[in-house]
Amino acid sequence: MEKSVVFAGFGGQGILLAGKVLARAGMNRGLEVTWLPSYGPEMRGGTANCTVVVADAPIGSPVVDRPDALVAMNAPSLDRFEPRVAEGGVIVVNSSLVKRGIGRPDVRAIPVPANDIAAELGNPRVINMVALGALVRALAVVSLEDVVAAMEEELRGKGRDELIELNREALRRGFSEAERYT
Amino acid sequence: MKRVLMRGNEAIAEAAIRSGLKCYFCYPITPQGELVEYMARELPKRGGVFLQAESEVAAINMVYGAAAAGVRTMTSSSSPGISLKQEGISYIAMARLPCVIVNMMRGGPGLGNIAPAQGDYFQATKGGGHGDYRLIVLAPSSVPEAAELVGLAFDLSDRYRVPAMILADGMIGQMMEPVALPEPVDPAEIPPRPWAVTGAKGRPKNVISSFDLEPEGLRRMNLVLQETYREIERNEVRWEEVETEDAELLLVAYGTMGRIAKTVVRLAREEGLPVGLLRPITLWPFPYGPIRALAERVKAVLTVELSAGQMWEDVRLAVEGRTETPFYGELGGVVPSPGRILEEVRRYVR
Repeated sequence: MEKSVVFAGFGGQGILLAGKVLARAGMNRGLEVTWLPSYGPEMRGGTANCTVVVADAPIGSPVVDRPDALVAMNAPSLDRFEPRVAEGGVIVVNSSLVKRGIGRPDVRAIPVPANDIAAELGNPRVINMVALGALVRALAVVSLEDVVAAMEEELRGKGRDELIELNREALRRGFSEAERYT
Repeated sequence: MKRVLMRGNEAIAEAAIRSGLKCYFCYPITPQGELVEYMARELPKRGGVFLQAESEVAAINMVYGAAAAGVRTMTSSSSPGISLKQEGISYIAMARLPCVIVNMMRGGPGLGNIAPAQGDYFQATKGGGHGDYRLIVLAPSSVPEAAELVGLAFDLSDRYRVPAMILADGMIGQMMEPVALPEPVDPAEIPPRPWAVTGAKGRPKNVISSFDLEPEGLRRMNLVLQETYREIERNEVRWEEVETEDAELLLVAYGTMGRIAKTVVRLAREEGLPVGLLRPITLWPFPYGPIRALAERVKAVLTVELSAGQMWEDVRLAVEGRTETPFYGELGGVVPSPGRILEEVRRYVR
């Protein structure tokens, strides 16, 4: 088993953290993981992306031609990465910001209104966890409990403890949102 | 063993501290900023000295001083910063002092960019500074291997009194992987340094020097270096082979490209193409012998690099015309995907 995911969006949408939580969840499961961020000038005010590979054997390339899944948080990210998603793959798209549908008939589209759900939860910053929750449901390499635990590890003791419950709820909402497409 | 999720830059810093690092000197540069930050945060708490110097030149000369005083010492930088350190590195090499230098390579020449590249191979392996000297050059291809090679770099550098370099790139520095960190080294296990300048009270004085105005004297100093280098060449060549037993096409790639090439080998094998990989772990001493042995039985040796063909020259020296030696490289911080390299592979094997 080897699954790869590209997370992409604007800088500030929590893309790198979402990928890191998935990587940590995989590692805690005893799996091999790589987390490769875009760290170039594009990070500064433009788009951000990271590639996460989760596997049950040593990982060769952290650079992926055809990701099994894409989490597209905005329209430019969908435009850029949609053509690259592997046949039979998954695209979680933030339907609050992306108004167009997925053009590819050979991939599974999971539209999640991440900004709207985050606003309902009372904090727009948790859009990344809403999207990650949906991805976890669709990709099924780690469980919802795995990512919840990894998110808690990521936030605890860094002055962000009060955000844990909110992020837990965001992951759950995203996860159940994806249920209707699986 | 417990694994932690770390960036390459952080894993290198932590491994260095666990190797008994006492003095770290730096001048910051991307893409190794996290290494500097980690050292600034952790090293003083754990009994070491962190010092951000006024320049790269100052930092490497502080390493020179700390090494002469007999402690484990290190500096890190990225390509343009490493260029600035070359004079100091040459002095340290001639003075026969152990130290570790980390180069997280980025796109060049010049200011270049901060993307991953392998354009500093010549500088690292052929002597970027002046004079007849060598560095022990170790090239990790993953975050866990980077942590492992830091300990080896300190050990080899101590054993031979030759500076060691970790030659990686921005991708290894920036990416995260699970790492099982090495246990901290017992200070009693760090080799004694009877040559160090520690104050000569009650013993004959030690002199650390990189010069001798008399040609005969300087010649003798050079011969000691050369003997040491021959010994390192005999004892310390390290490499990894993947599926080479029945390979008809041999890939040679190191560092980031070495791990991407592992996926290329898997994809090629899935297509029934007999492809193998030799990944040099020591770039100096270079695995000439192992490549030569494989060149006797493969149809071609394809070098894949993030440069215009710097390691390719060493591969051709190893092969010496025994078989074809094609090359595929990318420049300027462009990293080819496994699929792109596979297209190259298909040109040479079917």
